[in-house]
Amino acid sequence: MAARKSTKKPNVSADELKKYYREMLLIRRFEEKAGQLYGMGLIGGFCHLYIGQEAVVVGLEAAAKDGDKRITSYRDHGHMLACGMEAGGVMAELTGREGGLSKGKGGSMHMFSKEKHFYGGHGIVGAQVPLGAGLAFADKYKGTDNVTFTYFGDGAANQGQVYETYNMAQLWDLPVVFVIENNQYAMGTSVQRSTKSPALWKRGEAYGIAGEEVDGMNVLSVKEAGERAVAHCRAGKGPYILEVKTYRYRGHSMSDPAKYRTREEVQKMRDERDPIEQVRDMLLTGNHATDEDLKAIDKEIKAIVNDAAEFSKTSPEPALEELWTDIYA
Amino acid sequence: MATEILMPALSPTMEEGTLAKWLVKEGDTVNSGDIMAEIETDKATMEFEAVDEGVIGKILIAEGTEGVKVNTPIAVLLEEGESADDIQLSAPAASEAPVAEAPSAPAAPAAAAAVPAAPAVDIEPDYPAGTEMVQQTVREALRDAMAEEMRADEDVFLMGEEVAEYQGAYKVSQGLLDEFGAKRVIDTPITEHGFAGIATGAAFGGLRPIVEFMTFNFAMQAIDHLINSAAKTLYMSGGQMGAPMVFRGANGAAARVGAQHSQDYAAWYMQVPGLKVAMPYSASDAKGLMKTAIRDNNPVIFLENEILYGRSFEVPKLDDYTVPFGKARIWREGTDVTIVSFGIGMQYALEAADKLAEEGISAEVIDLRTLRPMDTPAIIRSVMKTNRLVTVEEGWPQGSVGNYISSVVMQEAFDYLDAPVINCTGKDVPMPYAANLEKHALITTDEVIAAVKQVTYR
Ligand SMILES: Cc1ncc(C[n+]2csc(CCOP(=O)(O)OP(=O)(O)O)c2C)c(N)n1
Ligand SMILES: [Mg+2]
Repeated sequence: MAARKSTKKPNVSADELKKYYREMLLIRRFEEKAGQLYGMGLIGGFCHLYIGQEAVVVGLEAAAKDGDKRITSYRDHGHMLACGMEAGGVMAELTGREGGLSKGKGGSMHMFSKEKHFYGGHGIVGAQVPLGAGLAFADKYKGTDNVTFTYFGDGAANQGQVYETYNMAQLWDLPVVFVIENNQYAMGTSVQRSTKSPALWKRGEAYGIAGEEVDGMNVLSVKEAGERAVAHCRAGKGPYILEVKTYRYRGHSMSDPAKYRTREEVQKMRDERDPIEQVRDMLLTGNHATDEDLKAIDKEIKAIVNDAAEFSKTSPEPALEELWTDIYA
Repeated sequence: MATEILMPALSPTMEEGTLAKWLVKEGDTVNSGDIMAEIETDKATMEFEAVDEGVIGKILIAEGTEGVKVNTPIAVLLEEGESADDIQLSAPAASEAPVAEAPSAPAAPAAAAAVPAAPAVDIEPDYPAGTEMVQQTVREALRDAMAEEMRADEDVFLMGEEVAEYQGAYKVSQGLLDEFGAKRVIDTPITEHGFAGIATGAAFGGLRPIVEFMTFNFAMQAIDHLINSAAKTLYMSGGQMGAPMVFRGANGAAARVGAQHSQDYAAWYMQVPGLKVAMPYSASDAKGLMKTAIRDNNPVIFLENEILYGRSFEVPKLDDYTVPFGKARIWREGTDVTIVSFGIGMQYALEAADKLAEEGISAEVIDLRTLRPMDTPAIIRSVMKTNRLVTVEEGWPQGSVGNYISSVVMQEAFDYLDAPVINCTGKDVPMPYAANLEKHALITTDEVIAAVKQVTYR
């Protein structure tokens, strides 16, 4: 297990570390449960799990402040939980029930929360990138100092609209953090098979955008990079790119047999780099928490997830009248 | 408590599968994420992972078993301290999935609810009698409408290619930069996809953008944001957020600009729930509809026309002149035939009506002004009186606006029709460049006259 140990000295408090552990664990357990409910036929269609990538959103949310916005792709459950959206409301949207955050009308890929400044949940690869820059545009226009975290994948990074957006975001100094969640695959296509440019964040240089690569399996590295990015944006210096190197353990969606990579590759990542285990080790070896403390957290999370699952099963399907509502404001 | 591990559904369509291989055996300890089995679906062999930790107490379905139904218990997982003897098998678990009920979706009448209800039509103008009128071009009317709304609401801004310093490729935004400054009149790079998305995001964020497409031909690069992002978000968010904004610009054929720059998108956008679509003909309607569009809390597609930009019409001199959506305008009353059109098609409809009058045929001419919502009651009322209908538009015939109107009239006023409805449209060809061919490709007044004569059996 030595390989798993982080060499980084945590420069955060024990409470903060525990908080990150808890938040990452919530995402992991939630996603495992979602996978289970999918297997039972309670969740339909596409369902993209975030397992393995938990440190990315948890680290970046730690760098956010009130009023900051976030927008992402269809792989969105983790982002929603990390910004404080109710696990029950998220799960009930996955099951297409009235209690879902979009009243069951959006589904796994299309969920929103005005209250938590979460702007979706977008099913079209890359579309959230200009939308996120537009949210930042609105903040700049209104004169707030808020930023928008705009998450997209390594696959999305090859879409033309991303570069149209880079150009305008820098031209207009928009306070947007572009977060490339490089989990190394776009469905079955590895990054190596989709581009010869090795560093995705460096593409921003062509537009004059600052950026950096980040270890996305280490929540503290993500948080620190997030703080640099956010400071840059809030100071009015325009956008910032974070290419966060991460990894998804599960298939692209529930129906992906994942034949494009070996089981060993996945297992190695889990054994050596797992974001949750890293924090667990830090907590235990630094004597910041006891086994008992962590067990208590596990138990609490399990209860939250079970309640969410229960709610998602018992919440009724939406009334048929809902078919005809929310088409026009 | 011992839990049953159920046969999983591993694709959206899987109902049963083959338990190809167990990778664990009874007595093994598993952690969540460990691969327990390989399961073959109709499409692929999938790995099945544990979601809980525990000890495999019993394997219920042997490897190699085919046709294992989803949700059948395949193994039992024990918690710490339990033994295999504690296992009490439940009856085969009934699927917890909600049984799909026969879809009893609200039927036809409710369908109309997707389209905002059209107010009752009247032939009164949209301004009080005696209002002073001024001559104005469509171009000036559009500019004034935007300027008035920008004065009234700080959150309204205009964005597009050449809208600011150049004063608009078609000079529609003339003077706006001077008055409102570069913060609110924004020149974009030539990146329709990108700026349509940025504007839509800004609308999600609480602003009220007006996006100018130099022409709608170029909006095809951005149509994903118009439809997938702007039109559908209100629905997908269960009403939490939408896109109060206007996408505007020249639509349809100009003159001699060839196939890629001469297309009428009325029928395309008219189809999309969540969008509203306006397509004015006159300057007064351009002004009144534009002001309504900017105030509307939904994404509005505002289809202008290059040829009409320079046309002058009378516009009421009022501080705040608006025209409601979903209310057709009757330009000319008549008794023998109804001609329905919109946008530049009105030019042919009105010319035809003039000429027909000389021959003693009285045509009622209706300008729809907005295509979604569409004032179909006005059409039905008129057809009940004239019993004959001709539609006129510049776009292509297959899937045209006229096709839709025909179907509504057939369903709602079939018994009132004395002749089949005729749809006059542009020809079913990409727009040719040659002057003579282009003339043939476009709709003509003579074709409208011929159609009227056909439905009136003259
Ligand atoms: C415009 C578009 N093209 C294709 C798809 C189908 N699709 C869905 S996800 C995906 C892969 C995207 O990979 P990446 O951006 O790396 O994100 P990840 O799934 O790894 O989070 C594809 C091709 C889509 N949804 N939208
Ligand atoms: Mg990826």
